[in-house]
Amino acid sequence: MDVITANILTIIAFTPAVGAVLILFFNSAKIRSIRMFAFVITLLTFVFSLHLVTYFDSRVAEFQFAVNVPWIPSLGVHYELGVDGISLYLVLLATVLTPLAMLASWSIASRAKEYFIFMLLLETGMIGVFVSLDLFLFYVFWEVMLVPMYFLIGVWGGERRIYAAMKFVLYTMVGSVLMLVAIIALYFLNGNATGTFTFSYPQIMAALASNSLVIAPGIERALFLAFFLAFAIKVPLFPFHTWLPDAHVEAPTAGSVLLAGVLLKMGTYGLVRFSLPLFPHQSQLFAPMISFLAVAGIIYGALVAMVQPDLKKLVAYSSVSHLGFIVLGIFSFTTQGMEGAVYQMLSHGVSTGALFLLVGMIYERRHTRMIADFGGLAHKMPVYAAFFLIVTLSSIGLPGLNGFVGEFLVLLGTFGVSRSLAVFAALGVILSAVYMLWMYQRTFWGEVTHEHNQTLRDMNRREYAMLVPLLALIVWMGMYSNHFLRPMDASVAKLINQVQSRDVQVADQNDR
Amino acid sequence: MVKLLWLIPILPLLGAVINGVFGKRLPKHVVAGIAAGSVAGSFLISLAAFFQMLQLPETELPIVQNYFMWIQAGRFQAQFGFLLDHLSGLMILIVTGVGLLIHIYSAGYMSHEPGFYRYFAYLNLFMFSMLTLVLANNYLLMFVGWEGVGLCSYLLIGFWFFKKSAADAGKKAFIVNRIGDFGFIIATILIFWTFDSVDFQAVFSRLENATLFPVETLGTVGTVTAICLLLFVGAAGKSAQIPLYVWLPDAMEGPTPVSALIHAATMVTAGVYMVARSAALFDHAPGALLVVAVIGTFTALFAASIGLVQTDIKRVLAYSTVSQLGYMFMACGVGAYAAGVFHLMTHAFFKALLFLGAGSVIHGMGGMQDIRKMGGLRHHMPWTFRTFLIGSLAISGIPGLAGFFSKDAILWAVWNSENYGKLLWTIGIITAGFTSFYTFRLVILTFFGKPQYTEHDVHHVHESPVSMLAPLVILAILSIIGGYVGIPAALGGHNNIEAFLGGEEAGESSAEMILMLVSVAVAFGGMGTAYLFYVARPDLPDRVASSVHAMYTILVNKYYIDEIYNVTVVRPILRSSREFLWKFIDTGIIDGTVNSVGQVVRATGSGLRHIQTGYVRTYAGWILFGGVLMIVWFLR
Repeated sequence: MDVITANILTIIAFTPAVGAVLILFFNSAKIRSIRMFAFVITLLTFVFSLHLVTYFDSRVAEFQFAVNVPWIPSLGVHYELGVDGISLYLVLLATVLTPLAMLASWSIASRAKEYFIFMLLLETGMIGVFVSLDLFLFYVFWEVMLVPMYFLIGVWGGERRIYAAMKFVLYTMVGSVLMLVAIIALYFLNGNATGTFTFSYPQIMAALASNSLVIAPGIERALFLAFFLAFAIKVPLFPFHTWLPDAHVEAPTAGSVLLAGVLLKMGTYGLVRFSLPLFPHQSQLFAPMISFLAVAGIIYGALVAMVQPDLKKLVAYSSVSHLGFIVLGIFSFTTQGMEGAVYQMLSHGVSTGALFLLVGMIYERRHTRMIADFGGLAHKMPVYAAFFLIVTLSSIGLPGLNGFVGEFLVLLGTFGVSRSLAVFAALGVILSAVYMLWMYQRTFWGEVTHEHNQTLRDMNRREYAMLVPLLALIVWMGMYSNHFLRPMDASVAKLINQVQSRDVQVADQNDR
Repeated sequence: MVKLLWLIPILPLLGAVINGVFGKRLPKHVVAGIAAGSVAGSFLISLAAFFQMLQLPETELPIVQNYFMWIQAGRFQAQFGFLLDHLSGLMILIVTGVGLLIHIYSAGYMSHEPGFYRYFAYLNLFMFSMLTLVLANNYLLMFVGWEGVGLCSYLLIGFWFFKKSAADAGKKAFIVNRIGDFGFIIATILIFWTFDSVDFQAVFSRLENATLFPVETLGTVGTVTAICLLLFVGAAGKSAQIPLYVWLPDAMEGPTPVSALIHAATMVTAGVYMVARSAALFDHAPGALLVVAVIGTFTALFAASIGLVQTDIKRVLAYSTVSQLGYMFMACGVGAYAAGVFHLMTHAFFKALLFLGAGSVIHGMGGMQDIRKMGGLRHHMPWTFRTFLIGSLAISGIPGLAGFFSKDAILWAVWNSENYGKLLWTIGIITAGFTSFYTFRLVILTFFGKPQYTEHDVHHVHESPVSMLAPLVILAILSIIGGYVGIPAALGGHNNIEAFLGGEEAGESSAEMILMLVSVAVAFGGMGTAYLFYVARPDLPDRVASSVHAMYTILVNKYYIDEIYNVTVVRPILRSSREFLWKFIDTGIIDGTVNSVGQVVRATGSGLRHIQTGYVRTYAGWILFGGVLMIVWFLR
């Protein structure tokens, strides 16, 4: 057991990659066996990831299941992994959503071999981002995950897939290149100050904590902004969001599910993991501005979502709105706000993942996503309509379901810091009901007006298999939030402590 | 039985799950049996728990049971836990009792519906939500029930979802309720940051610290006043008060038993219940109380005035409900929470009765709802007529019936209020006259006179089956005797209900006797006017309508409030979101900038490409140029 525990993160992160390599040996005509194999690999990854939940010690704030071996010794690059209460369930989110996304890829026929290879590589990239503790390694995973996504959108996407794929990559690259510069700067600053040239995040944090590394405020601001821009684009925070609707609309269903469900969380995760602890003072300085952008995004995303004629675009803009809540919670620097933000990351992954799966199902049947092409679907697909309704309710934050917990905690935490921000953010809660229910009404209620919709069949078994786990999570997370919140406590407390106390020290130095 | 408190909401939830998942494959009587049976179980447990509670000494109340931690983060905690005291005990009896009758009635009323199982699943889910709302021991859990009942209301209003009007009405109800919920959730958050808890007992006990939380003065908005005002925004949404009442009349698109249960007897009274539950807070906020009283009073009058001219049997009752809810808030607003809850109870009986009676009429008339096309139905539907008449007498405040006692309790409390009490009382008494007029207008047009329908419109008018009539009879009995728990001191009673709910009675006074006589006179006056207008002088309504034509048009069009909201709120938001935010800001400015950066890069790239000519002589030239530049640089 010890061997497994010691290497569990490596196993989880690289099982999909190994699977991808093995698929190379498959005959590309045997689509059925390829996709079954890929699916089994992701299921296996999921099972491995359960090990984390089982053996995770909630009392500990430090990184667990840690691995640390030199990778490129000459540069001080380490293969250093670990999870804490914040990243624990994000890994799970990736391992839960990927098999479901695989099931949503059953109809992929052209270049299936390449498709499933990219999907598996994507999973490795996603998990890698959440478990890397070495900044260099983190950056590698961060970029690695771009490549399969680029191809998934660009090859298996919709009509404007090339435009969307390019936009996605270029937007992200702009941010990440700056982040790379900041990482290298941090490496040299730390190396020069302490004599140890390393990319290790824990080591740099230790240097900062012991004051052996002190970053001048001007440089600190530049570094903070470089990291921030990379993450803000990924989130995406208003006004860096316009890549998202295009990427979502053009991506194949599985791509949208993973994009919205997991990839967006890499941005908010980055803010929590790196921006706040590395640059607490700058985080505090910029917090009012960032919170303002977050609230602007909440309302803006909701209003724009309201008038979208395309289901996927509507969900995409709703993500802009929901992700605003996450950023708002993070920059409240309160326990409630922070835990709410992490909870909302998981919850949004589940709900929006489910929404994209649902939209994908109807797209497969009708080859359109325009709301105007539907209407009265509840007559023909009652079960589908019921599932869709529950997910809709989860997305609009009905208390008792998952979406409420995160949203409420974020509002609660924010209110303790700024009442007006919380009140404006809460307006987003009203608006979410408006755009989601209006969409639901136009899609499912009324009479069937289009001839093509007369012959629609209801959900099949594979589709049940995709949705039932997510529905169970929606209810579970809504009622027993303790299961997901308690493991965060120690890590969140430590994080808030880092932000607050270091802030005091830096402020002191500035006074001197 | 108190130990089984948790079962009270859980039984209907189980019913909802079973019917929702398997109901399609079950025969109708099994579906109805599961649904009604689960509610019957809840009712029995509620009864037992209620009487067991009565045996306990005051010191052991309230009974609190925490089941599990629902949400916890930092110092914030919200348990999943229930609280049973006199107030919630009375409420669960009303909810499960009336709910059970309406489940039984629905089995007959909805028997021809294809979505039978869906209907009962929603109805059971509603019972679960409403009971959670009532039994919750903290504000956040109350909010679960609060939004839950809103959801069920949405689903049930839109039950006939293929009708656009029904779908629109459902959506409108949910969204308007959400505006109220916004107030509720902000209030909950403010409560936490003020009292460090959202638990009822903790909050109310901390309020007792008079140095930290003094009673705030009228005219200033302190924290507690702000909390109460925000809570009242929530209450106004759920209980259909100005300016958020607009969803309730439209909610009549739902099946009639739903209107009876949700949009008359139980859900819409949730706001009143919440204010009564928060009495300790409101008592610290006289400013907020005044707002509650004023809004309640004006809503009562305003809605009653619309009710005067409506011609759809259910819409008359809907505006009547809005108006009666106004009375309840009027009571709460003068601090007479017990009177408000008393009226909540009697109203639950007689308004459920009136709605179910209306449903029986509609059922017998094959779907007809226009009272101008009815008439003479008392011969065809004797039991519906008798029970409907009892309900009408009760709502009009005729002495001896339930509505009389509760309305009198409210008006008496309002009269005694120091803040504009006499003015509010005057409006209240005018409203009482309106109430009695529109109710008897309804009774006369529906049941008396000659039939206004032709055999062509309506074939075979018939009385409803026993499963529908039995609930009517039971509710009629309750509409009579329900008031005797609160006989005022002026009539030699003890007003047990107010004592039970912890209210203070003003004591015996000859003034109360006089006021009572005035309101009785007004009730008979309204009735008499209805008789004059619709029996003695049937030409009068048209003549009055044409003589005050402008006023009449405004009333018929419900003060054009929906249209005003549409023009000032709904359309501007939609338009600016589409044209300004999406097309201009998003696609135009943000994406435009991104794309033009892209184009500049591309243009620069293709410009620079010309440098790469592939001719050695060009490269040599550039090297020479660079060399010269470097030499100049070093020599400068």
